[in-house]
Amino acid sequence: MSVTAFLTDSTLCIGCKACEVACKEWNGIDDDGLEWSGFSYDNTKSVGASTWRHVKFVEQPPVPGFGGNSGEQTSWTFSSDVCKHCEKAGCLEACPTGSIVRTEFGGVFIQPDVCNGCGYCVTSCPFGVVERNPKDGRAFKCTFCYDRQKAGLQPACAKACPTGSIKFGEIEQLRAEATNRLQELRQRGIDDATVYDPRDTSVGGTHAMFIVRGDPRSYNLPPAPEVPTAYLKKAWMSSAIAAGLLLGGTLLAFWSDGKSNGR
Amino acid sequence: MSNRLPPSVPSADLGREQRLEEIRRQAEQQGRLQIVGARPAAAPFPQASPEDGYYQIPLLKEPPWTWGIPLYFFVGGAAGAAAVVAAVANYTGADRELVRDARWIAAAGSVISPALLISDLGRPERFLAMLRVFKPQSPMSVGAWTLVGFSTGAIAAAFAGHLRDRYGPSLPLRVIENAGQAASLAFGLPFSNYTGVLIGATAVPVWNRNVGNLPLHFGASGLGAAVGLLELLGHRKSRALQALGLGAAIFETLEGAHIESHDGVYLDPLKHGPSGWITRTGGALAGPVPTLLRVASLFSSERRSQSFRRWAAASSVVGSIVTRIGWMQAGRVSARDWRLSLERDLV
Repeated sequence: MSVTAFLTDSTLCIGCKACEVACKEWNGIDDDGLEWSGFSYDNTKSVGASTWRHVKFVEQPPVPGFGGNSGEQTSWTFSSDVCKHCEKAGCLEACPTGSIVRTEFGGVFIQPDVCNGCGYCVTSCPFGVVERNPKDGRAFKCTFCYDRQKAGLQPACAKACPTGSIKFGEIEQLRAEATNRLQELRQRGIDDATVYDPRDTSVGGTHAMFIVRGDPRSYNLPPAPEVPTAYLKKAWMSSAIAAGLLLGGTLLAFWSDGKSNGR
Repeated sequence: MSNRLPPSVPSADLGREQRLEEIRRQAEQQGRLQIVGARPAAAPFPQASPEDGYYQIPLLKEPPWTWGIPLYFFVGGAAGAAAVVAAVANYTGADRELVRDARWIAAAGSVISPALLISDLGRPERFLAMLRVFKPQSPMSVGAWTLVGFSTGAIAAAFAGHLRDRYGPSLPLRVIENAGQAASLAFGLPFSNYTGVLIGATAVPVWNRNVGNLPLHFGASGLGAAVGLLELLGHRKSRALQALGLGAAIFETLEGAHIESHDGVYLDPLKHGPSGWITRTGGALAGPVPTLLRVASLFSSERRSQSFRRWAAASSVVGSIVTRIGWMQAGRVSARDWRLSLERDLV
């Protein structure tokens, strides 16, 4: 029972969507319907209630060698997105029912039998991962294959990945592996690769790290995610001042009114 | 160009062939065609970049709440403030009818609030899941427990007061009434403004960037609504209510001025587009309009003064509802704005 993580290496991803299919089959998730997005081969657009793994097809202006293409062709990279399983998870903190818990493997898990569909986790996720299922109103997201991990198996997406792009393992081991992989890529001249693991933000790092080329923002990975509990102090301070003003103002208004009425 | 044509093309169609060449050239050079009726939706091909993110697809999910939640913000805010008014009015010996009506507003809000929340959850028993645990770090959990405490107190105070008026005082009634009143005061103070904390402490940019003034803003909005409802019920001679209404309206005016005088891309949903117009309308109805009407009522005859106050009251109540709807809509627009989550330091 160790603390586990994903390391998704976009330099190895071939965009086959095996992870999406494996995830949907293992977890029995609804289909997304078929809507053409016009964005490369990506017709799902983002992770959500019915998409727990999501392959991004990132087309960028031509950069020689980027994405393995020749200089004049559009650069094309793929990256499999997933719930980040934050170290300080906004959804977990916000959940009023205690449905969202941290598992013994370090993942963030929504207990579907406890979730009451309040939707507060949806507004509290800085990565836009959690979503309400429109059919029953409850919130859903990647479970980090809690059932499989319990049985000593790796998550379905990692198991199905044919290129080793989705790595699963002990978190510190994967962090080391990410550093090694970065060095290896640098040696091969790919010096724009970076590891996305926002440990210096209030999110405090994630259990789903990514190796991407270029600016992570092109992959919709936010440069400064904030866990919303960071705003709590300011919010309750303002609430206390508001309550004080309300009580003081009401007392003053009725007291002076009563006095001038000769009571 | 014509030397590329196969010999079988009749010469009469040469013009059409040249047109095809022209179309091809346009597509090659500009990435899109400018022809009446031709709108290739995907052209020019969208590209991902640090500036445009992932094809300008929003990172955040929109707040999923239905119409019931902004309405709950209004009802809860008004009920919480009404309970505070009722308790303070009672302690300071204001007239019994004002206390009674304020208590009924608080009690009515205590019944309507859970109903609105349940309408959003879908099934009544789901609300009970809120009461499994108490999590101080979750404003939703704190709010649910505050609502329970507030509702119990407000309903107890209203009914015990009613029974006392009807059947005369007795010790048990007095105990229930006083305990209910104390509870509705203690819980009413946070209940009137915690919804500002609720939406302020989220990942939605327009909400969390205003986290420092949202509870104050919502608290003033709730007070304006509570005073307005009391005045609409006929308490248009109370000077205390006039003072409170004026205070709330002036605060809302300042809040509006604060938002209007600050610039920043994250404030756009409060100023532009449909959500901006809803927020601005709500702000005007809750701030400057009742302020002016109340000032006018101070300097006019008894009858006209009451009429001014009635209009100010109605304006504040409607303004409070519209303000909550406006902030909810602004939150949706803000979550949809793909630019905001890509910023490092949002201004």
